[in-house]
Amino acid sequence: MPVPDESDAGRAVSLRAGFRASVPYAAVGFLLSMSFGILARDSGFPAVAAIVMSAIVFAGSAQFAAVAIVASGGTAAAAVAAAALMNSRFLPMGIALGPSLPGRAPWRAAQGQTVVDASWAMANRGDGTFDRWFLFGSTAPQYVTWVAGTTFGALGGGLFDDASSLGLDAIYPTFFLALVIAEVKDRTTLAVAVAGGLLALSLVEVAPAGLPVLASSLVALWGLRRRRQGSP
Amino acid sequence: MTATIWWTIAGCTLVTALIKAIGPVALGGRDLPPRLIGVITLMAPALLAALVVTSTFAVGDQWHVGANTVGVAVGGVILVRRGPLVVAVLAAVTVTALLRLVT
Repeated sequence: MPVPDESDAGRAVSLRAGFRASVPYAAVGFLLSMSFGILARDSGFPAVAAIVMSAIVFAGSAQFAAVAIVASGGTAAAAVAAAALMNSRFLPMGIALGPSLPGRAPWRAAQGQTVVDASWAMANRGDGTFDRWFLFGSTAPQYVTWVAGTTFGALGGGLFDDASSLGLDAIYPTFFLALVIAEVKDRTTLAVAVAGGLLALSLVEVAPAGLPVLASSLVALWGLRRRRQGSP
Repeated sequence: MTATIWWTIAGCTLVTALIKAIGPVALGGRDLPPRLIGVITLMAPALLAALVVTSTFAVGDQWHVGANTVGVAVGGVILVRRGPLVVAVLAAVTVTALLRLVT
């Protein structure tokens, strides 16, 4: 597969475009990670643990899930298992991205670490390939604000007595809703989004957290069949 | 609890890195059949919609409709009408917080 525009100039353009496109997501990520910092502190995490976790795990939903389990008295194994399930969506995302990453296996694995939901969705060219420099450019500011927001929440969280009353839990879904709206380009993508959402919701009460989201990726198979039968 | 916290962080770091590495290591630089490319392009709307729905209409493993559901809906209306993300998020947070204040 040809990797388009890997000239130095092309890389710089993609990096900058990714950086610019991610600014709103980085801003929202700050609020989200601030709420994570508050939650972690309220759950008994030392501030430094919350900050280290954001700096080296850097996966919002997995961090929230793991902290919630530790806070409720669960074991580390249970918390890690829940985090793995929450992150299981990065498996299909990585499979989609893989062919667009050049280099030897360890270098490809390292590049794959830059995948976060917003960057992955925006770097997707829509033809099965990804602009990896756009991906790197859009993840960088999100990483910075993710760690900064956690630090602010974990150290300054005392400013907020009751985080849940602030409505911070509305941030995460609104953030992803914006990504869904950007993905819906025709009737098939709309049908796949609706079906994926309904499938996940139907599994919420019967499957462990994270699995409903992973299962929704199977809807893409149905969407492809629908498209091949001539639907727009 | 401190040991649990640090083991959790170490474990989460390891599994996250592994999960993110599998696809790139297995498929790096390969040509994919067109069918698989078709599936890949349709994964994004499915996965992202599932994230939205499970965080809007559920808390943990229970279906749940609350103030946050209304807040996200307001944010969604702003997004569909092409409003900026930051405005939509602030509106969602404000509506959720106000509803919790009055109920």
